[in-house]
Amino acid sequence: MLNQRSDVSSAFPVKLSLLSTSLFLGLFFFLPLILVFGVSLASRGMYGGITWIPTWENYQRVFDPLVGVIFFRSLLLAGLTTFICAVLGFPLAYCLARVSRPWQLILLTLVMIPFWTNFLVRTYAWVLILRADGILNSLLIGLGLLDEPLSLLFTDLSVLVGLVYGYLPFMVLPLVVAIERISPQLEDAAFDLYASMGGMFRHVLLPLSAPGFLAGGVLVFIPSLGAFITPYLLGGGQNMMLGTFIQHEFLVARDWPFGSALSFGLMGTVLLLWFLLGRASVEKDPS
Amino acid sequence: MKRTPTTFIVTSLLVMLFLYLPIVFLIGLSFNASTMGVAWKGFTFQWYEKLAMDQAILEATVNSVVIALVSTGLALILGVGTAIALETRQKTQQSWVNLILVLPLVIPEILLGVALLMVFVLCQVHLGFGTVIIGHMVFNLPLTIVIVRARLRKLDPAWADAACDLGATSWDVLTHITLPLLRPAIWGAALLGFTVSLDDFVVTFFVAGPGSTTLPLKVFSMIKTGMTPEINALSAIMVVVSMLCVGLSWFLQQRSTQVSAESSYQ
Repeated sequence: MLNQRSDVSSAFPVKLSLLSTSLFLGLFFFLPLILVFGVSLASRGMYGGITWIPTWENYQRVFDPLVGVIFFRSLLLAGLTTFICAVLGFPLAYCLARVSRPWQLILLTLVMIPFWTNFLVRTYAWVLILRADGILNSLLIGLGLLDEPLSLLFTDLSVLVGLVYGYLPFMVLPLVVAIERISPQLEDAAFDLYASMGGMFRHVLLPLSAPGFLAGGVLVFIPSLGAFITPYLLGGGQNMMLGTFIQHEFLVARDWPFGSALSFGLMGTVLLLWFLLGRASVEKDPS
Repeated sequence: MKRTPTTFIVTSLLVMLFLYLPIVFLIGLSFNASTMGVAWKGFTFQWYEKLAMDQAILEATVNSVVIALVSTGLALILGVGTAIALETRQKTQQSWVNLILVLPLVIPEILLGVALLMVFVLCQVHLGFGTVIIGHMVFNLPLTIVIVRARLRKLDPAWADAACDLGATSWDVLTHITLPLLRPAIWGAALLGFTVSLDDFVVTFFVAGPGSTTLPLKVFSMIKTGMTPEINALSAIMVVVSMLCVGLSWFLQQRSTQVSAESSYQ
């Protein structure tokens, strides 16, 4: 079996594409990321360029209180997003995992479609809903529940809603996989032993879904932490997150070394989380 | 399903509403005759007609399609072969190859954008179609590889064994057995890559030049300069097009394989 497979992979075009892919990703993915680290240790030139004088200054500035607020807000919003996605995603994932075959495919497709659909446009839809003369305010005023429109847009709350909306499917899919692996007989066993619904949920479903929560949590947390479109469109200039701050440093303030230091901080967090998740899943599931 | 608690079913329905209502609102508003606000002032196609006559938007559409076709095509050419090559590696190596391969898909896009921008500017590469295509390939290539590998893993090795027993060379096996069996996955990957490239905003935002404005960049600048009903119409078209492509792609991938969310994160 191994023998014939290696046959196919020894075909010349197969070898050539593996080589080209490695070169391409090395040149345009890994090298640029290394460059980010290099530039983060350089100094800013007089007119916004880079002077190659090594310094730690860019990293020291990360501890500036003004920058700290942005870091803290990003971590907090990403954490809250992950938590809310887990709470909202679990019931949906459970239904998807336990529904019969043809329905499962249809429902999974329905959950996936918004996720791969234009993120910019979907975030813009929330601008239409949340702005002062938007759908939500018009509806609430129309129903007589409000006299004055609420300022919902450009708040941390609107960013949170946008992030949950954007990344919820990332939580649902790993949870579906995890819940499918839990035999329904375990649930029956818990009930036979007089567990209540809540008890079964706490002692059987939740612990056994842990791998799903872990994978989903990382997959939601990472893009939320580095989000750009959501805080830009729904947060405005006041409620910056790391993503908007990095963009600001690169394209507006033209301070590339500091922007690189911020980017490397973000990248370090992401790589650490990804590494931990990789180790956890390799240990749990050696296949 | 028989014992699924009602609260779970109700929450699920609400979550599905939450996912789809904004899109429904957006499409609905694109037919609203009102020029300001969201109050319904009657049904109209005029925003779509205006779009069709806007030269800049037509140009951006052509740019987007060209960039998506080229980056997806190149990603397929490199990606399918790479997936086949990787599938024969040792198991222990594979989990780490997996982690490295999905890295371009999971790091926040803005990192990719600024990193590529710096490389291009420091190497004095002219920002334009070339740089955007390279940027899109950085995520399209791993996407193709991940999808094709998921399918490869499910292929029955007996097919290739039989061909070998009958004297097929590695080239014969590749062209007559492996590639035809991979066809649904290749189509799925192509459609998904095309859509992701068509929809990409963040990477494009950093590496595009003056002549290579794509549709998402155009939408972004329209949102920034002021809300007009044309944005709603353009957004509605983009949402519907990407939904159709993605739905079809997802269906092609899932139909023949086991239900698993693996392809999205492993």
